[in-house]
Amino acid sequence: MALDSKVPEGPLAEKWTKHKFNSKLVNPANKRKYDIIVVGTGLGGASAAASLAELGYNVKNFCYQDSPRRAHSIAAQGGINAAKNYQNDGDSVYRLFYDTIKGGDYRSREANVYRLAEVSNEIIDQCVAQGVPFAREYGGLLDNRSFGGAQVSRTFYARGQTGQQLLLGAYSALSRQIGKGKVELHDRTEMLDLVMTDGKASGIITRNLITGKIESHSANAVVLATGGYGNVFFLSTNAMGSNTTAAWRAHKKGANFANPSFTQIHPTCIPVSGEHQSKLTLMSESLRNDGRIWVPKKAIPGLTAADAVKLPENERDYYLERRYPSFGNLVPRDVASRNAKMVCDEGRGVGSTGQAVFLDFSDAINRLGKDAIVEKYGNLFDMYQQIQGDNPYEVPMMIYPAVHYTMGGLWVDYNLMTNIPGLYAIGECNFSDHGANRLGASALMQGLADGYFVLPYTIGDYLADAGYEKASTDSAAFKNAEKVVKERIDKLLSINGTKTVDDFHKELGKVMWNNVGMARTEASLKEAKEQIKAIREAFWKDVKVVGTNEEMNLSLEKANRVADFLELAELMVDDAQNRKESCGGHFREESQTEEGEALRIDDAYSYVAAWQYNGEGKEETLNKEELVFENVKLTQRSYK
Amino acid sequence: MNHKLNIWRQKNANDKGKFYTYEVSGVSPDQSFLEMIDELNDDLTRKGEDPVHFDHDCREGICGACSMVINGHAHGPKGLITTCQLHMRSFSDGEEITIEPWRAKPFPVIKDLVVDRTPMDRIIQAGGYVSVNTGGTPDANAIPIAKHLADTAMDAAQCIGCGACVATCKNASAMLFTAAKISQLAVLPQGNAERANRAEKMIAVMEEEGFGGCTNTGACEVECPKGISLEHIARAHREYMSAKFSSHNV
Ligand SMILES: Cc1cc2nc3c(=O)[nH]c(=O)nc-3n(C[C@H](O)[C@H](O)[C@H](O)COP(=O)(O)OP(=O)(O)OC[C@H]3O[C@@H](n4cnc5c(N)ncnc54)[C@H](O)[C@@H]3O)c2cc1C
Ligand code: FES
Repeated sequence: MALDSKVPEGPLAEKWTKHKFNSKLVNPANKRKYDIIVVGTGLGGASAAASLAELGYNVKNFCYQDSPRRAHSIAAQGGINAAKNYQNDGDSVYRLFYDTIKGGDYRSREANVYRLAEVSNEIIDQCVAQGVPFAREYGGLLDNRSFGGAQVSRTFYARGQTGQQLLLGAYSALSRQIGKGKVELHDRTEMLDLVMTDGKASGIITRNLITGKIESHSANAVVLATGGYGNVFFLSTNAMGSNTTAAWRAHKKGANFANPSFTQIHPTCIPVSGEHQSKLTLMSESLRNDGRIWVPKKAIPGLTAADAVKLPENERDYYLERRYPSFGNLVPRDVASRNAKMVCDEGRGVGSTGQAVFLDFSDAINRLGKDAIVEKYGNLFDMYQQIQGDNPYEVPMMIYPAVHYTMGGLWVDYNLMTNIPGLYAIGECNFSDHGANRLGASALMQGLADGYFVLPYTIGDYLADAGYEKASTDSAAFKNAEKVVKERIDKLLSINGTKTVDDFHKELGKVMWNNVGMARTEASLKEAKEQIKAIREAFWKDVKVVGTNEEMNLSLEKANRVADFLELAELMVDDAQNRKESCGGHFREESQTEEGEALRIDDAYSYVAAWQYNGEGKEETLNKEELVFENVKLTQRSYK
Repeated sequence: MNHKLNIWRQKNANDKGKFYTYEVSGVSPDQSFLEMIDELNDDLTRKGEDPVHFDHDCREGICGACSMVINGHAHGPKGLITTCQLHMRSFSDGEEITIEPWRAKPFPVIKDLVVDRTPMDRIIQAGGYVSVNTGGTPDANAIPIAKHLADTAMDAAQCIGCGACVATCKNASAMLFTAAKISQLAVLPQGNAERANRAEKMIAVMEEEGFGGCTNTGACEVECPKGISLEHIARAHREYMSAKFSSHNV
């Protein structure tokens, strides 16, 4: 299948303006004749649903939580980027574009990334107008910080709760439209399938999570804003309910899934403490601005934080400062994570498991005073102490990388439409802007860019031609899709095996982490593929899901999600196997420089790998979208 | 560690519900409270029994989903944290633990520890926003906002909408929740244009939804995991009174 990215002609800086002008418009009086389904109420979904409703479309909005305000975006801590250049430190739309393309290791589309940088400024204006209480300086203007290795201060933040405040801003806009009756909200409702009519997206099938009722919803277009799939690893920083179900079912209906193996492993998370662990907690990356990362020069098994304080300076290895003198502790996430893994693999990891490194604030406390550290990071230090039991003002923190974000997702064109006409994907659920590695504070930017400022323009172009007619929910397409959903639920409930859903999910997570995690080899991937198949087969024979469909049933919900993870996992392996280069967060041990850095192979792999589903048990087809770079020169990333 | 758990079980909104007792053993002090329940649930599932249903999602104290009354306290015995942030090291070995849902008339039980909190969303829908559409907004630095005002707004805006204040209040009032939003938008210039209506509309819906009135007992502030201060209730009262005297809605 040929994939058309629909990137408009013309100079980079003019593409979006021209494209908006060339897109068809829907007459304001006609907008109310169109129904749009938006699945998801995170930054992507809430901003899209609110903006589309403001334009006059009828919107049906769905989330699995009890309130749209609880979408996983709420958990983002650090901040949101914009090219405002308020700090007069040399930032510009072009620099934000350039940093994002480079940070993504040249595996994203120039035109999309440029547009993202271009609309970033409007996002901040929009959020401030909504009453989002960003941090301010004493003069009353907005404060910025440098974040995640950026050499300019372009990150806007609201204490350590930026995602919360941005989401509550979008939620308030959404609530206003719900109050006006322009958005019909379906909370505690999970999308379980996409419905297609005449080759176009025409609706969805959902399950009411309180009553179990399976329902059909038809619309003129469907927008998926269902977030990322990091939970395929079982342990991640994602919310417990984050899942791939909506995206995966759309994939099985024909939507290409792009770069599924591109996963971001975040360097600063609280380490795993034992088998009981249900999720991992991120410690904001901003900590790397003042904290110094180290391990002992010689292995000291079981070194505790309390003993670490006594270790003389000359027995410590500040390995990031040593290896990357110019970026030091602020190297990009993928580099920081891989280095932590390297020192732990050498046996120099610390703590009871040896799977941790120190993040030390003693220098910063001496230099700036404890009060300054309290002011900057107080809530994070409290959170650390709450979980870990140690006091980070007195002893170093222990951190370890954890799965955090998925750059891969549904393939979309410049209009954010998948290859299925009328099906859009926005936010973390698509693959579009971050290439092989996402920069800090750029996911919030992308979610809001997509929902507030891109989709509301591009969707009109499709609707203007598509007509008002909607498929009937009594049609065969809907009835068949309902039947398939019900049959799968019946199957899950009837297996009555011996192992819980979590048992299988944990098994899958271990395989993914060990074989498809921070370092991947031909052998580890081959092994993973066999193991995933075996787990999947065992799942369908031996899982135990209790209760019925006609009630609130948490284990059934989980089973449905894990069944999809078990399929996606295999595609992630295929994708990682196909891409024999290293790039960004995807590190193939076979492809590294002499110094052990990721080695890209641009001649062979400068493309988006978009996978096409061919039916149960069949290998998927790889469709390539070649990446064309007209404005930036591809270089090997160096943070030395 | 070993614990005896008394957990409220209720099949659905119509069921009467009652406490069930479970014994858990081998609990690690490093485990979170919810991870302790996860293990209980896996055991129940293996035995073919229905697991204990509860709301949760982020498990880091920010989404506001988790909601348990533990030994009589919303979100458990420790202050300034949510249920998901509570760790077993806060309990002593052998301690008996009683777990109940939020209990408040406007929050009917859906199942076990899961309650319906959608009335709080409807309070926001009544006016908890600034009426701006997407696009065409002025430059973000066009209106300077004094740092102390931005900080006060942020103090209020931290509310996670968990409903602990309602569950704790003897009147089941949602005043701390409602006031936090009114107060955030009252101190910020962006909220000024709709100030007169906002407090009135939101408080009217709060009453319609069956929440009680605020009698200033202050229990909500004590149990609020985000430490939202009663000062916001005072500000919301002032907003409400001045709206009443100058109302355009009468
Ligand atoms: C701990 C943490 C900290 C982060 N910090 C930052 C940061 O500082 N800066 C930054 O830029 N990024 C950060 N990120 C990344 C960023 O938060 C996310 O990428 C982004 O918020 C995703 O937004 P979204 O709208 O795409 O999806 P989400 O916010 O995940 O929303 C998904 C929505 O889809 C719904 N949904 C999912 N599946 C279904 C289904 N089958 N049926 C119905 N509804 C469904 C959910 O209910 C939810 O409403 C962080 C991420 C984590 C995990
Ligand atoms: S689960 Fe999100 S606050 Fe507790």
